[in-house]
Amino acid sequence: MKFVDEFRAPELIAKAGEEIRRLADANRHYRIMEVCGGHTHAIYRFGLKDLLPANVELIHGPGCPVCVLPMGRIDDGLSLAAEPNFIFAAFGDMMRVPGTHGSPLEYKARGMDFRIVYSPADALKLARSNPQKHVMFFAIGFETTAPSTALTLMRAKAEGLCNFSVFCNHVTIIPAIRAILDSPDMRLDGFVGPGHVSTVIGCRPYAWISGDEGKPVVVSGFEPLDILQSIVMLLRQLRRGEAHVENQYKRVVPWEGNRAALRAMGEVFELRPYFEWRGLGFISQSALKIRASYAQWDAEQRFTVPGVRVTDPKAAQCGEVLKGVLKPAQCKLFGRECTPEQPVGALMVSSEGSCAAYYNYEHRKPVTIASAAAI
Amino acid sequence: MCLAIPAKIVEMDPQNAHLAVVDVVGVRRKVDLGLLQDEPPSRGDWVLVHVGFAMSKISEAEALDQMRTLCLLGETEAALQEVRGYGLENEELDQPGQGRKQ
Repeated sequence: MKFVDEFRAPELIAKAGEEIRRLADANRHYRIMEVCGGHTHAIYRFGLKDLLPANVELIHGPGCPVCVLPMGRIDDGLSLAAEPNFIFAAFGDMMRVPGTHGSPLEYKARGMDFRIVYSPADALKLARSNPQKHVMFFAIGFETTAPSTALTLMRAKAEGLCNFSVFCNHVTIIPAIRAILDSPDMRLDGFVGPGHVSTVIGCRPYAWISGDEGKPVVVSGFEPLDILQSIVMLLRQLRRGEAHVENQYKRVVPWEGNRAALRAMGEVFELRPYFEWRGLGFISQSALKIRASYAQWDAEQRFTVPGVRVTDPKAAQCGEVLKGVLKPAQCKLFGRECTPEQPVGALMVSSEGSCAAYYNYEHRKPVTIASAAAI
Repeated sequence: MCLAIPAKIVEMDPQNAHLAVVDVVGVRRKVDLGLLQDEPPSRGDWVLVHVGFAMSKISEAEALDQMRTLCLLGETEAALQEVRGYGLENEELDQPGQGRKQ
C-alpha cells in the first residue's frame, strides 16, 4: 500500500504561503512558537520557513521530552540500575542520551541489563516473565504518554506485581509555556499548540494563554499544510487584534480531550511541587509524581535515589536554544563537538530536538515544500 | 515519539477485555484499549495508537490521513518498528508477506 509520495495539495500550500505574506504586517516582526517537537521536526524537514516572509519567525519550543530532561535525572535512574538482578527498561529515544558517566547504551556495554521497550505495558510484561528480577521503567513524556504509564501502574497494582516500578519523569506542557512567557528575554506573539498532547488534555487548558496573556493559540496537525494553515489562523487573529484558542487539528483533537486518560492520570499521579527542566530551570508544578497509594511501584519511593543535580556542559548552549533565544547553529558546539552521532546536549539526540532537526535537514537541504509548491 | 500511529482493530482479545489485536499495514500486535473506556471501540474500528495504547477513535479517512502524515514525515518505518516491538515478541500475529518496508 502506498499512501503518498508527494506533498498534499501543493496548490493549497502555495496559497497558504501567499495568505501568510498577505496577512503579515510588513512593519511588524512576528515570533511564533511551535511548542511540540513533532512540529519542529516537520518544519525543518519541509523547509517551511522558506515559505514564510522574513518577518514571520518560528521559535522552537520545549516540547521534546528527551530534550528537557536534566542530566541529573538520567544519572539518578542509571544509579539504581547498578543493583543486582535489575532490568532498566526505557523507550529507544533514551538509549543514547548522555548521562555523566555515559548513556544507557554505554551502561549496557558495561553490563547493565538495559531493554528497549515500545510501550510501558511491555515493561510490565518483562516483570511478569522475569519474576526473580526487578524491572524499572524509566518513564518520560508529556501528557501524550503519561496516561499509558498511569494505566500500566494501575494494572501492576491490580495484579499485585511487586517486581515492577516506574522512575517517573513525566512533565506537563502548560507550566513550561507559562515559564517561557514569564521569561524576560522572550517576546512571543502566538503559539502553534501541540497536536497529540491535546488529544489528551483537549484545548481548554490553553485558554489562559489567550485570555490572560492575550496571545492566540492554534492547536495544529503535523502536515506542512496543517502547520501553514495554523500560522494563517494565528496571523488572522493577530491582525484583528484578537486572541483565542482555535483547533486546526479537529480531525484528531477533541475540544474536551480524553477524559478516561485524564482520570487514569489523576488516579496515579499528583503534581510535584517543582521539577527541573533542562534549559528552563526549576518550574513549579510542572511534573508528575506517583501518588503514595502507588508507592510500592514508584522507584523513587521504593529505592534510595541520590538526587543528582548536574549542570549542563558549560560550552553547550542548550538552554538558550531551548528557549528560542539562540538558533541551533549559533551554539558554539553545533556541528563540531555536538552532532547526532556524538551528542553533547539532548537537543541533538532526539529527532524531535531542534538541533538534530536543524542538523539533519538544514545542512542537507532536501526537497523542500517551497520548491514543491513552486511547481 | 509524539506521533500517533493509525491502526485498525481486527480482533478483540477474548481473555482480556481491554486488549485487542490491531493491524498497521500488515503488522499485527496487541494494544491496550483501556484509555478509551468511555467510548469502547469494537472490531473494525480505527484508533490512534501511542506507545501501545489506543488514544482516540478515528474514522477510516482520518486514519489514512494520519498514515499519510507519517509517510510525509518519513516516520513510517519508525512507526512500523514501534508496532513490531509491541508485546516484545509476537511475530506470529503478522499477516504473512506483509508488514515489510513499502
